[in-house]
Formats: sequence, structure tokens, C-alpha cells
Amino acid sequence: MDLKSVDLIVDKYQEKRTALISILHDVQDRYKYLPDEALKMVASRLHMDINQIYGVATFYKSFSLVPKGKHSVTLCLGTACHVRGGPKILRELKGLLHVEPGQTTADRQFSLNVVNCLGVCAIGPVMMVDRKFYGEMNPIRARRIIEKINQNKKNDKRNGVRS
Amino acid sequence: MRKIKSAADLEKWREDILSKQESDEVVVSVCGGTGCHAYGCKKVRDGFAKEIKKNGDAQKIRLKFTGCRGFCERGPIVTIQPQGIFYQKVQEQDVSAILSETVAKGKILERLLYEDAVTKRKLVSEKEIPFYTAQHRLVMGNNGLIEPTKIEDYIGIGGYQALAKALFDMQPKQIIDEMKASGLRGRGGAGFPTGKKWEDCRNAPGKIKYIVCNCDEGDPGAYMDRSVLEGNPHSVLEGMIIGAYAIGGSHGYIYVRHEYPLACKNAETAITQVRKAGLLGKNILGSGFDFDVEIAKGGGAFVCGESTALIASIEGKVGEPRSKQVHTANRGLWDKPTNLNNVETWANVPLIINKGSQWFSSIGTEKSKGTKIFSLVGKVKNTGLVEVPMGITLKKIIFDIGGGQQDGRRIKAVQTGGPSGGCIPASLFDLPVDFDSLTQAGSMMGSGGMIVMDEGTCMVDVAKYFVHFLQEESCGKCLPCREGLKRMGEILDRITEGKGNDEDLSLLEELAEVVADTSLCGLGKTAPNPVLSALRYFRSEFEAHIHQKRCPAAVCTPLIRYSISEADCTGCGACAKICPTQAIKGEKKQNHLILAEICSKCGSCMDVCKANAVMVQ
Repeated sequence: MDLKSVDLIVDKYQEKRTALISILHDVQDRYKYLPDEALKMVASRLHMDINQIYGVATFYKSFSLVPKGKHSVTLCLGTACHVRGGPKILRELKGLLHVEPGQTTADRQFSLNVVNCLGVCAIGPVMMVDRKFYGEMNPIRARRIIEKINQNKKNDKRNGVRS
Repeated sequence: MRKIKSAADLEKWREDILSKQESDEVVVSVCGGTGCHAYGCKKVRDGFAKEIKKNGDAQKIRLKFTGCRGFCERGPIVTIQPQGIFYQKVQEQDVSAILSETVAKGKILERLLYEDAVTKRKLVSEKEIPFYTAQHRLVMGNNGLIEPTKIEDYIGIGGYQALAKALFDMQPKQIIDEMKASGLRGRGGAGFPTGKKWEDCRNAPGKIKYIVCNCDEGDPGAYMDRSVLEGNPHSVLEGMIIGAYAIGGSHGYIYVRHEYPLACKNAETAITQVRKAGLLGKNILGSGFDFDVEIAKGGGAFVCGESTALIASIEGKVGEPRSKQVHTANRGLWDKPTNLNNVETWANVPLIINKGSQWFSSIGTEKSKGTKIFSLVGKVKNTGLVEVPMGITLKKIIFDIGGGQQDGRRIKAVQTGGPSGGCIPASLFDLPVDFDSLTQAGSMMGSGGMIVMDEGTCMVDVAKYFVHFLQEESCGKCLPCREGLKRMGEILDRITEGKGNDEDLSLLEELAEVVADTSLCGLGKTAPNPVLSALRYFRSEFEAHIHQKRCPAAVCTPLIRYSISEADCTGCGACAKICPTQAIKGEKKQNHLILAEICSKCGSCMDVCKANAVMVQ
């Protein structure tokens, strides 16, 4: 693994221990998760115990220690989305992808996430797939969106496009 | 950018900015809040930019990409000044017509106007729309006038004048007295008097003092702070600099949720701009006062909205709260005196300094002064951010501004205060909205989430939702919160599965009391509120789940059953086609039937049935 980026990120924050959360955000932006090697390197550069780094990395929900899938499916379950039927959509997605929130499908295609509020309550229930918002969701629409991504992938394969 | 070295310089800069604004120019403002972004406002804005460039200098048009306008239900929103035309649900394809018809010829496009739900009249201006008329937009109002990334816009509307006044015409003690006299109370939820907080921190011994802005807005269904920081970051910064001067702070932090990328970006831009302009950093406005601000990002932990946990998080540690026997005003960030206020509180400061405490305290009730921004969401027609004077009734907010029920089902409650608050029943909607009345009713003001619930909302399910939410977000440091919430969640699970008994309710109440009395921080202390208020006002719903094994709102899956009305079914087959478990049988044009043992209760059949023949009970 190329860890040069980790070095640069720690440099950017002048090796400040107080910038740990910002450093971890940047590392995650770069690698899409927090790889073990990267965390060890952060620990050694900041002269901190690796356990402390793990403590912070596992306490905050934004961080993931496992690689994420190709597509991120984020379902909002804030109160407004909850009362408008969010839980039904979650059940549908869990059944469709065979994963629990926070997990990634075996084929590494989808990571299912649940968040507490995306702050776009006007179009709730809201789902976000790869940073694109889908509003006024129901189980049928959620199923169609996932199926469409799967279908596109199959077509790409048939046409020889590498994913 | 020019360097501003004195109050006179600032005034000169403002005059220069205003003189450049030509009187005959048309200002087209596209709302660029996160809500409108979800509707595709970026495309609308880019469309305008492209068309305006293409048309050349034929007409003087200034395009603005503003912060949140509040009426999120109707986004993307476009306004045209000076005529004051308000267009809603604007799409990319409407851009050329707006320019060629409205901007060039002054013709109004009826199809883009807001239609009054009652009178069916098309309304041209924001000033006529009921959603806006009952509001009093002191803090949010400027969002529509300025582009958050342009400091010139903020200076143009009188920005940083309050700072100049504070630095040159007022002593720190005078500022604190003014804040105390204004009666401003913290907008983050607890409602602690801001002036008193500042005074405590000013009087705390120590040379280094910190100023913190809390934008860790974690309450689900609430996004006011984001919209203020995103749409008018300079107002928050100006408040912080004034506060720092009054308290004697030398360094500040804005703690922002990582989930708010646009707010982070706009705040960062604003900080860079004020630093360059000489309004932040060393020798601010030539007054000799030094203060700087930086951004600290959160990591998605709800508990970090609690002041001591937030401070631990800025220090780069796990966000666990500590006991508040010693206040943060004496020992906060890195054990130094620290003053922490919420985004909306800071944004109110320049207003109070500019217009005076007397003006501010004339708005609101005896003990709650000024306005409050609420995020009005859930089962209500007009979703959005509303800013109202304290003391307004819930009825006025929900029905006059919010337009009442969303889809024909009677509104039965409103949840305020987020996971620390409670549900207020419709019978109490005449209650004035202020810190003390809401607390008396078993809820609280909180940071400003207002989630409307109707007959299709199960109050037991809502109580369960909040308990699970808080259990998940509990940091785990103290036992009552960590274990108590888990057990409360288990009891509520049992009740919603139809396995509850009479003892469960008294056990739930007893547990709630212990958790509230013995938890370490605000999260645990207020965690039982959603359950206790639901039990207080909607006990019969709990009893229906326990005794009749029935969910009156038809929400709790184990207790409901879908069926098809023979009288209404047209035999179209749409339900059978959509059913993911093939639980619906029936020939074409014949009555259809749901097989209860295979039905997964997803409700898709109900969503597709055009004859409304699918029933749930």
C-alpha cells in the first residue's frame, strides 16, 4: 500500500495531535476507509499509542475500518423520514441486499448505511445513492433504483465495459 | 481584497460596494441551500449563468446563489428583484422563459407562482405567501439577500458594523450588560442566559480563553443551524468576534458536523475572507484586539453536541462528556476558560449590538426574548425553516405557516426538542412557544426541531425510535444511560411486538426516572422525555398494544394485517405484480386476496392500488 498520502496529510496538520479527527477524515477521503497500515503510520507520526487512534476511529460513526462497496446506499432515518415510512424502506433494502446497515454486500457492490438526518426533510423519506438524492421514497422505488444499478452493471459487462 | 484598518475604512468600503450596485439592474437569486440542492438547483443556477453570458450586456443582470430561503417544500426557489417576484419549483428548462419573459419584459409566469391552498389565488411576491407572512425573519431574513461566499454582499447590508461599534464605542463590560439586558437565551436547547454565560467566562481567572461555536446539529429532523452557517456565515463570525472581545478570548473554534460539507466550505471561505480584510487575526480594525478562528470537524457522534463532549472532540479525543461540577466557563478547552454558544445564538449578537437590547427585548415573551428558528417537518404540508417571535402558538406555526395536514389525516401531535424533548398533543396547540411553556408540557424548546405527527404515526413506535436512537448514540461512559436505555428499548420492543404486559408500563416509568436522575450528562438526563411524554398524553395507544394487541395507527408490523376489500378491488393485478413475496393471488378482473402467512407487510400493494382497495389494520 502506498502510504505517501498519509505522510502528506499528517504534514498538512503539522503533526498536531488535536487534529487527529481531521487527519482521519482526510485519510478516509483518500482510501475510502481507514486501512490498518495507515492508522499505524498516523500513530507513529503523532507519537501516539495505536490504541488511542483505534479508540477515536471506532467511536465516531463517520469512520470505517473496512473497505466500502462500489456504490453507497444511504437511507435517512431521521424523525421526519421515520414518520413518513423510512423503516419500511430499510426492511426492503435489507431484504434486497442481504446486509445489515453498516455492512457491504459480498460482491462489494453496495454498502448500506443508515443516517440520523440528511436535513432535506421536505422530500422525505430520502435515500442517497452515490451522493445523489432520491426523495419521496417508498419500498417499490427503492427496489427499482437498486435493480437499475444492477441492470446497468450487467449491460456494461455484456458490452465489455470494465467496472 | 482591501485591508480594513479602521471603522472609517469599513464605512468607506461599504459605500464603495453600494455605489457599484446600479439602480437599474435586475437581481436574480437562486436558492442554494442543501435542500434546494437535492432538487437540482445547481443546474438551474448554471443554466442562468450560461444564458446570461450568452445574452451579453443587453441587460444588467446580477445572478446570486444564495443560502437557504426556508421554504424547502417548494424548492428550487428563484426570486427576482426589485420586482420581488417569487418563483417556486423552478427547473432548468424554465430558465430561458424567466429571462426572456419576466426579466426582459416584466411578464409574470403564472405556472411558477405559488398557489394559495385555500383561496387558490396565484401569489406573486414572498410578502403575500402565508408561509412567510406570519414569520419574523431577523436571523434568516438576510439569507435571501446575500451570497454566502461574497463578503462584499454582507458588508453591503451593513455587516461588521456591529463589530466596529463594539470595538470603538463600547467597553467589554458594557457589551456584556447589553447582552444581559437583551434577555437572549442560548438557542442550542437549554436556554441558559447568554450574557450571564459571557460574564462568568470573562470573570474566570486565566489569560488564555477560548470561544466556541457549536454547529454539531445532531437532532434528527432539524437543520436550522446548518442553514444559518451555510447561508450567512459572516453573521456567526461577527457574533463570535464581538463575544471574544467582550469575554477576552484569543482563539475560537467552529465545530461543524462532518455531514454538512457546504456549511464547512462556506464557513472556511468566510474565515479566509475576514482574515484578509483585517477583520480577524491581529489588530482587528486597528483596535489592537487580536482574535482568530478555525474550523474543527465532527465525526458523526450525536453526543458531541453536549458541551464537554464537544470540547473533548476538538482536543482530538473520544467525545465523552465529563461531570459539570466545574463549568466550562472556568475549565473547558485544554482546561482553559471557554465560552460555548450555538450558531443561532452567535448570529443574534450583531443584531442586538446594532439595534440595542431594548429593541430585541421588545420581541417575544417575558422570559423568552427574540425570535427562534424552527425546522417544521414531518406530516405537514409546508415543510421548511420558519423563524417566529417567541410566544407564538404551536397552532399558528403548524396551521397558518405550515398549512396543516399533509394528506388528509388529522394531525395529532408535534414533537419538539429532538431526542431530549417530547410529544405535545393537538389539544395543547394553543400553548405559546417559549422555553418555559414547552418544558412545563413535558417537552422542551431544544435546538428547534418540530416534527408534526398525524393519525398514521404510532406514538409507541416514536417513543421506541427515540430510545433506540439514544441507546445507539450513548457514549457508554455512565451506566444508567448505557444500560437503562437498552432495557427501556427492550420493553418497548416487546410492547410493539404484542408481547407487552401491564407491568411493563410501570417498569418503564420507573426506569425512565432512574435514567433521568442518575445519568452523567444532558443526553441521559433528558433521554426519557420522549417516553414519559408519550405515556402522559398517549397512554391509550400503549394500552391498545398491550391489551388488544392492536396498533391503532397501523404502524407496528407484528400487529398489523393487510387485506383487500372485495367491494373495491377492480382486479387490475397491479398489487400482485409489485408484491415482492408473491403473497397476492387472484385472476385478472377478479377479486384479489393477500395470503397473510407469506405477506412481508411492506405496504407496496397499498402504494400501487389505484382503487384504494388495500386496507391495513
